[in-house]
Amino acid sequence: MTMIPKTSPGPLTSPGHDRYVDALTPVLTARNVSIEYEVTPPVHAVKNVSLTLHRGEILGLAGESGCGKTTFAYGLNKLLKPPALMRAGEVIFHDESGKDIDVVSLEGDNLRAFRWDKISMVFQGAMNSLNPVISVRSQLFDVLTTHRPNMTKKQKVARSRELLTLVGVDPDRVNSYAHELSGGMRQRVMIAMALALQPQVMIMDEPTTALDVVVQRGILREVMRLREEFNFAVIFITHDLPMLLEISDRIAVMLRGEIVELDTSEAIYTKPQHPYTQKLLASFPSLTGERGDFVRTGDPAEGRG
Amino acid sequence: MGSLEVRNLTKDFTIRSGLKRSKLRAANDINFVLEPGKTIAIVGESGSGKSTVARMIAKLEQPTSGDILLDGTSSATRGRALVDYRHQVQMVFQDPFASLNPFHTVEHHLERPLKLHGVTRGARETKEQTYELLERVNLTPANVFAAKKPHEMSGGQRQRVAIARALAPGARFLIADEPVSMLDVSIRLSVLNLLARLQREDNLGVLYITHDLATARHFSDEIIVMLRGNIVERGPSDEVILNPRHEYTELLLAAAPNPSNHGKLRSEVRADLASTGRGSQDPLAPSGTSVR
Amino acid sequence: MDESVREHELAKSTESASPRDDFAVDGLPLEEQPATVAFANTAAVAAREIPVKRRILANLPRRSPKLIVGLVLTFGIVLFGIIGPFFVQDPKFSGNPSLQPPSPEHLLGTTQLGYDVLAQLAYGARGSLMVGLIAGIIAVVLSLAFGIVAGYFGGWTDEFLSLVTNIMLVIPGLPLIIVIASYVPSRTLLLVALVLGLTGWAGSAVVLRSQAKSLRNRDYVAAARVAGEKPVRIILVEILPNLLPLLAAQFLFAVILGILGEAGLSYLGLGPVGSITWGTMLNEAQLGTALSSGAWWWFIPPGALIALLGCGLSLINFSIDEYINPKLRLAPAAQRSVRTARKAGLEVTSNRNVNDDGVIIDAENENENAKRVGE
Repeated sequence: MTMIPKTSPGPLTSPGHDRYVDALTPVLTARNVSIEYEVTPPVHAVKNVSLTLHRGEILGLAGESGCGKTTFAYGLNKLLKPPALMRAGEVIFHDESGKDIDVVSLEGDNLRAFRWDKISMVFQGAMNSLNPVISVRSQLFDVLTTHRPNMTKKQKVARSRELLTLVGVDPDRVNSYAHELSGGMRQRVMIAMALALQPQVMIMDEPTTALDVVVQRGILREVMRLREEFNFAVIFITHDLPMLLEISDRIAVMLRGEIVELDTSEAIYTKPQHPYTQKLLASFPSLTGERGDFVRTGDPAEGRG
Repeated sequence: MGSLEVRNLTKDFTIRSGLKRSKLRAANDINFVLEPGKTIAIVGESGSGKSTVARMIAKLEQPTSGDILLDGTSSATRGRALVDYRHQVQMVFQDPFASLNPFHTVEHHLERPLKLHGVTRGARETKEQTYELLERVNLTPANVFAAKKPHEMSGGQRQRVAIARALAPGARFLIADEPVSMLDVSIRLSVLNLLARLQREDNLGVLYITHDLATARHFSDEIIVMLRGNIVERGPSDEVILNPRHEYTELLLAAAPNPSNHGKLRSEVRADLASTGRGSQDPLAPSGTSVR
Repeated sequence: MDESVREHELAKSTESASPRDDFAVDGLPLEEQPATVAFANTAAVAAREIPVKRRILANLPRRSPKLIVGLVLTFGIVLFGIIGPFFVQDPKFSGNPSLQPPSPEHLLGTTQLGYDVLAQLAYGARGSLMVGLIAGIIAVVLSLAFGIVAGYFGGWTDEFLSLVTNIMLVIPGLPLIIVIASYVPSRTLLLVALVLGLTGWAGSAVVLRSQAKSLRNRDYVAAARVAGEKPVRIILVEILPNLLPLLAAQFLFAVILGILGEAGLSYLGLGPVGSITWGTMLNEAQLGTALSSGAWWWFIPPGALIALLGCGLSLINFSIDEYINPKLRLAPAAQRSVRTARKAGLEVTSNRNVNDDGVIIDAENENENAKRVGE
């Protein structure tokens, strides 16, 4: 129940990273965020984590089950439900208009208006997130009606079709139900919903984990393309470090509630500093490299993170 | 030592929806020979039929047609002969959280196959052998792990127990159905390495079912690529991965995340957008500026 | 060359692939269910330090008020049935004055025929419990045979056994019992119990069948088959233990059903002949117009005991339910942690000055804003 001391050293990083970051504009800043599960004994899921997300960048959040990455992402969006509790820290959203919004203090209507409008989320496993008894159309309409009450029905229909086209789903599927769509299509629909209000930040929590590699590749490509077009920032949460290395600009590696390394993907790939990062990297054998090349530097199992 | 051979193995599932019945061919005319000490990887996506092949060889499914031959003789489907077959051919399941009975201790899981296949006689010998198995899969101290129940262990530890159980009867062939896909990434290689060591020590023939091309390449001698029940490509693992001949294999390879390609996807996407004339202009700007 | 590199690396990395390595990183999914995880964590810690006996105790249902009340009621009545008869007079002794209200000589009064009500109640407890127990055992054995065998084997076995189960399920119970009971000339206690058991198993069989059907598809059952276990052993050793709590609950339910069924039958005059049960007491009270003559001491005690026993067994059943379904058991603790989190959440406030829209308005930030706009 005590405050966590703020003396823990920050994540390992490189001068190149600082230079890279200097050129960017922040869109979401988290400072010293600590999240606890109020069970007995309390579980410190996120310990004093600071992270800045910049406009238009893809920030990968890598870590294994139980490292607190999903909890942290929920905290950024004020989605935590008791017994999870943000004990300390601040989350500030730097709106395009120049206003800074204190996410932690948002309540009620303000929070609802903020959430999907500024920061949207794509959850793990679309089959659980899509409502099985409501058509795709009504679910897209729900989002639009709630946040854009002035839109006419005609506009909403047009927007729904446009959104589906954007994510590479045939707009005629707008009247389908979740069970009529394949896993990949459902995840695309989820992305369309997250895109509906043109948010400035999209948090994606293991969006492709349950999908086959070929489908996964298609969706990643779609996300990359949409990002280029609309310039939103992405926090991409996954345990799949090679995938992050391919798609993200920067990567934060999380271990037991802390970010242990934060650097550009380039640096993470070429000069991983933290033993845990090295271990994670070594856990993925290279597809085309030398046989036995998967042991990158020395003994992989020695890397005890 | 003989081999495990699969000849023209085919499996149809009947799907009933309402009054309509349709047939789904989960595996079509599968052939391969697994030699002791060798590893064959079957690679494919979900629905490719790779797990069905594994379950048929483990005698959990009855093939619609075709034959499974052990040491050149057709294998039995029931009775004493089936027990003999199981003695030689064992399986490790995908989900270590489901493949161990939550009610029983680790010791129970290892003792049963030892007793069933007459590997040990008497309680003392069984206990010794159980501990030895646990030590072989690096679960030490063995007496502590023997008393544990599945829910008291991590996923990696459970999978080691499952591997020990498969080894208990003294099997010569091991079917590993996605043995590491449910585990945390940082322990996957150690479990695969463990399998590889055990394979070397016991001269096991291993059938490695996976969707991961990279581990398939590094841990097997031959790769079989399956698509919708059919084998579309097969060959020595380096050959298949480095010089794929079938377009599906190429597709799989292109889709697999490859850290050395970082930045490539982005430039591809940018090039695509540039060619269609849609650049990174920011269409966001006019949208609502107030929080409300 | 390839081969040797591979061998070398494999050997190197397996050496240090000790379980401790993955214990550190292979954590439990904290994010998903903190309440259950906390439970699992403590269980894992307990496993290391606490001896086996304590661990078994820890797995038993928590000492909830429900369980305690249920156990006290049930054991009290069972004890009364076992010991009571030794301290009372012959329940068939009709030399007492008839229809006496409770008095020091006859604590619960006497009946129209001069029987002592307390004595009847004590012997009746024996009779009723016996009927319930026998009917319960028969019902559970039958539901096991029909439910688990059908669920595990599937195919034609399942079709046939399910057909029988479904027929038993749709035949209205009490009328069937009445027909059977009135058809048999000499209705002994055992026969009544048998009839009640034979007609009361179908419901549990349906539940057990679906449970067995789902358990048979578990990987650990497949693993047992691959290990070479015989079906009977798989059912008894791999599947049944996981159904024990469910079976216990169904047994208790069958006992309640048996006792209530017997009371109903006896009240209708179709109860066991020559034995005393609470049901036959009620039947006699009704025939002796106890209600109209205001002899409350005659019909209230047996009625109350039936109700109390049913209540006690049901309470035990609820506790078993909580044990089977961890969500029910953990619900109070989870509620508590949600409440503490909520309370603590009120204390954690932002130290920024914000306006109604949550936009930060402190001076330091104005500068930052200005800077950003300037860019």
